[in-house]
Amino acid sequence: MKKFDKERVLLAIAAPVLALIAAFALTALVLLATGKEPFSAFGVMFEYGAKSDSQVYILNKATTYYLAGLAVAIGFRMNLFNIGVDGQYRLSAFFAAAAGGAMDLPGLVQIPLIILVAMLVGAMWASIAGLLKVYRGVSEVISTIMLNSLATAFISYLLVDGKLGVLDPDTNIVSTEPLPASSHFFTIPTGGDLDPVWGFIVVAVLAGLAFWFVLGRTRFGFDLRSVGRSEPAAQASGVNVKRMVVTSMVLSGAMAGLVGMPTVLNDTHQFTADFPLGVGFTGIAVALLGRNNPVGIALGALLWGFLERGANRLEFEGYDKEIVGVMQGVIVLCVVIAYELVRRYGTKRQQQRVGAELAAQTVNLTKREVAK
Amino acid sequence: MHALVGENGAGKSTLMKILYGMLRPDEGTIAIEGHPAALHSPGDAIARGVGMVHQHFMLADYLTVLENIVLGAEKLHGIGAKARARVREISDAYGLRVRPDVLVEDLGVADRQRVEILKVLYRGARILILDEPTAVLVPQEVEALFDNLRDLKAEGLTVIFISHKLGEVLSVADDITVIRRGTTVASVVPAETTARHLAELMVGSELPSPQTRESTVTDIEMLRVRSLRLTATDVDGVDRAVLDGIDLTIHKGEILGIAGVEGNGQAELVEAIMGMRDPDSGQLTLGGQDISHAPTRARRESGIGYIPEDRHRHALLLDAPLWENRILGHVTEPPNSRGHFLDPGAARRDTERIVTEYDVRTPGIEVTAASLSGGNQQKLIVGREMSHLPRLLIAAHPTRGVDVGAQAQIWDQIRTARSEGLAVLLISADLDELIGLSDTLRVMYRGRLVADADPATITPQELGSAMTGAATGHLEHPTDAPGEGR
Repeated sequence: MKKFDKERVLLAIAAPVLALIAAFALTALVLLATGKEPFSAFGVMFEYGAKSDSQVYILNKATTYYLAGLAVAIGFRMNLFNIGVDGQYRLSAFFAAAAGGAMDLPGLVQIPLIILVAMLVGAMWASIAGLLKVYRGVSEVISTIMLNSLATAFISYLLVDGKLGVLDPDTNIVSTEPLPASSHFFTIPTGGDLDPVWGFIVVAVLAGLAFWFVLGRTRFGFDLRSVGRSEPAAQASGVNVKRMVVTSMVLSGAMAGLVGMPTVLNDTHQFTADFPLGVGFTGIAVALLGRNNPVGIALGALLWGFLERGANRLEFEGYDKEIVGVMQGVIVLCVVIAYELVRRYGTKRQQQRVGAELAAQTVNLTKREVAK
Repeated sequence: MHALVGENGAGKSTLMKILYGMLRPDEGTIAIEGHPAALHSPGDAIARGVGMVHQHFMLADYLTVLENIVLGAEKLHGIGAKARARVREISDAYGLRVRPDVLVEDLGVADRQRVEILKVLYRGARILILDEPTAVLVPQEVEALFDNLRDLKAEGLTVIFISHKLGEVLSVADDITVIRRGTTVASVVPAETTARHLAELMVGSELPSPQTRESTVTDIEMLRVRSLRLTATDVDGVDRAVLDGIDLTIHKGEILGIAGVEGNGQAELVEAIMGMRDPDSGQLTLGGQDISHAPTRARRESGIGYIPEDRHRHALLLDAPLWENRILGHVTEPPNSRGHFLDPGAARRDTERIVTEYDVRTPGIEVTAASLSGGNQQKLIVGREMSHLPRLLIAAHPTRGVDVGAQAQIWDQIRTARSEGLAVLLISADLDELIGLSDTLRVMYRGRLVADADPATITPQELGSAMTGAATGHLEHPTDAPGEGR
């Protein structure tokens, strides 16, 4: 039995390692094809990524990506593809920033209120897709994509001077009312003249713990995972599958509501038209990389932050920064393929082992029979 | 025609997988038509004229029969008129009666099986391997299948088939190989053996006799079904009653068996009792408590155990380890959880207990359910359901695809629980099982309970004729029974 487990750990590590090696090799080929020397590019990225200010940058980026990855992973665990994390977090961040700007309460009350607004908005927006799926059979893939566009339109409609936005006469930029200073989230100083690490990283870690605990250690989590593994079996076991679809969409949306919070509470303190876009899609990649596992997603988020940091630097060194986009795409593809290969290999190994152990038992039995 | 018989886990499927190139042997050789063959993949096997019809059909529901047949073999005759002509030709040659343009989704089990056979023939197979082909068929369909197989044999093809049903093996095979625990224990010809002898070879010991019984039926009602009606929309978009006017009562300590050709509403009845389908009208009472519209989980918690017909679909999470499968369906009950939280430690320990008590052959409880053989999966399911001391057990084909040894064991467990007051609704296509286990027998035909019978006096032939709708009411006098004789 012991050996069994060791092998499983080995297999679990093999997949991402293989994928990363393959991804770097493929990227090197792409770089060669563009006439650039690949290894110095990697060297630049690693050297730059290891600097202290880069590390702060990576941690802050990863906080956002981690939350997005978790939001997507909740859906994945139940076989739902929530592409709508993107729209959900932007809409949430927008309303939360607007609500925060309109209030002036002590931070201890106001910050949780802002977070609550964000989670509620995300949950409600996502629940539309859940309800459509349950009552009208609309695929959540389609509805969440469309809800993304709707969220964009909705925000541009409301983010104008006189509605929920205010025009800054100096810069001519429309944003929500800035948050009062009491609503700024704490930061972790890093010494020297470095930027601080966003305090929201603590919330992200807590969210990861909650994700692990709820899915792995509660009845509800077991029901959710059962639906993801086999809908008919879950239904026969007594899970209300329809309600579970809506519930998990709501949870995924609530988690998506947190995605914009590090930026709003720790960084910009308001919602402007240039609020980061597309983090929901990064979340999909990160969740795939991390195999919907809270630790895996954290590693994926950090890797993503590192690659983006490296991209900025590559530009200075005369490389095309798009190469990092290529690398990211290649990594996701390699990871998906490597996991599937390793999974198949593992299943085969396991079946062989089951067969071998049963055969061994039989031999012992026969020996005993003979001995009699 | 060569039959391969053996217990579950004896290695039948493994042997067939080797012959079909899905697994590779460590030692030994395979010779096809006198030539040694090294089969590295199913492709190799097909190239050498070996084809396999799997127990679980490998068909795409939303494609037509023709599309399913040419899928992966487009190079042979294209995908158009030539392919269609070839399919017709094969179908006519062997009397398979396959309609090329019907969606597989709309086909019954027997038709799907014929499509699978045709698929294999289309690829030029001269040797056909059939993995438990009769497990999913009713008696009439089995006869039709055997006719098809005899046609194939007459055309010079070789058929290897795996079966648990020894009567069938004896009636159709030319040679029989018995394997036990991975080795051949006997090669016999049907003329020189009996079903009992074969069964003893398979399990390697004297058989337990399943016939002794004394009634343990009490007069305390456990399940009562009143005027149950359920409608469903069929493929043409018409609402049809799949269950109509179902009335039945099961008492404590009683096994009520339902006979019927598959697809006459048995599956729907089970799903209505389990709460997976909401009846249009009628009433369900469990131990005096109205559960007509209660959710599935509430029904399970109030003591309904469920052994579903399709264990892969409804009873197992194939990718999950055994101990998680032990939790499935009973997540709210001890030892699986405390309050809202899972108790993985207790669930693991209890899984170990089930594995030992129910003789589930597995190296451990961390392996996935998919890596167990069918019979061992079933033992795990039975163990799980029995561990929660149900008041009512719904057993749909509890021993389907299960070997003789495990079958006797499952029967014993059901019987023991019955004598302790368990009420059982038994649905089975195995008429001997129905007659042998049941205290009361009902026959289901087109969504209605059309006949009842006393298992002490009825014969499988009489029951069979009622299943086709030929006889109704109380089946007492076996006057109109055609004496087929097996």
